[in-house]
Amino acid sequence: MNARLVAAILLALPLFVAAGCGEQQAVTVFKQGTYQGKPDARPWDSADFKGDKAEWERAINTRMTGQNEYVRIKGG
Amino acid sequence: MARMKFLADAERCIECNGCVTACKQEHDIPWGVNRRRVVTLNDGVPGEKSISVACMHCSDAPCMAVCPVDCFYKTSEGVVLHDKDLCIGCGYCFYACPFGAPQFPQDGAFGLRGKMDKCTFCAGGPEADFSAAEFRKYGRNRLAEGKLPACAEMCATKALLGGDGDAIADIYRNRVLVRGKGSEVWGWGTAYGTPDRPAAKPGG
Repeated sequence: MNARLVAAILLALPLFVAAGCGEQQAVTVFKQGTYQGKPDARPWDSADFKGDKAEWERAINTRMTGQNEYVRIKGG
Repeated sequence: MARMKFLADAERCIECNGCVTACKQEHDIPWGVNRRRVVTLNDGVPGEKSISVACMHCSDAPCMAVCPVDCFYKTSEGVVLHDKDLCIGCGYCFYACPFGAPQFPQDGAFGLRGKMDKCTFCAGGPEADFSAAEFRKYGRNRLAEGKLPACAEMCATKALLGGDGDAIADIYRNRVLVRGKGSEVWGWGTAYGTPDRPAAKPGG
């Protein structure tokens, strides 16, 4: 067996031995009373508002006040 | 922005089920799952009252308290959501919920109970905004589009209000003061006005 092959095997061996260490945790570690799932983005972080919370609140407020027909109808 | 809430006005609801239809259409909800439904009290009796019921996004949500895998979370806007990847479909949330909001899709030969599904206040879920995965699991994310839930926006009589708790409470309070109570609520005077309170005219 040539020396280069032996050296290659010896160099590659730790990778095979350590391969198991890179395994993803498949079981949820339970923490009592704490949300265990994936994080969620805030609504104003979407592509439509790009983090502009004030603009998002303005859009929502416009729609909220639009539900009050007394401000949309004269003499109501 | 305080907490997102729904407010159902029993005096205005005409049991048209427009909110139910809007919800099903908006999120492509499968057969057998009703995130929202209209409940009628004293059905068929004069004076019957209807209200539209879904997840009320409780401030102290019992579903969150009983979930054995803690898949529920509350957003900064007060919307109660859950992670379907973590849900085990045990049904504890259904027993705990006073509104019967959690729904369980049934599929397969033996009516296998799937992962819980409920109203998201049209806020999607813990997936990338507007992604196919978010729509498939949780439905459309209207809140991230700057819109209110489809059910409330679709309501023809505005019996169902959705939005910031303080804002919709103000709308409702103003409405109650204007329309009065008892026999004043509905009738000739409300429709055509009275000498001291002329009928409303459409504005621009």
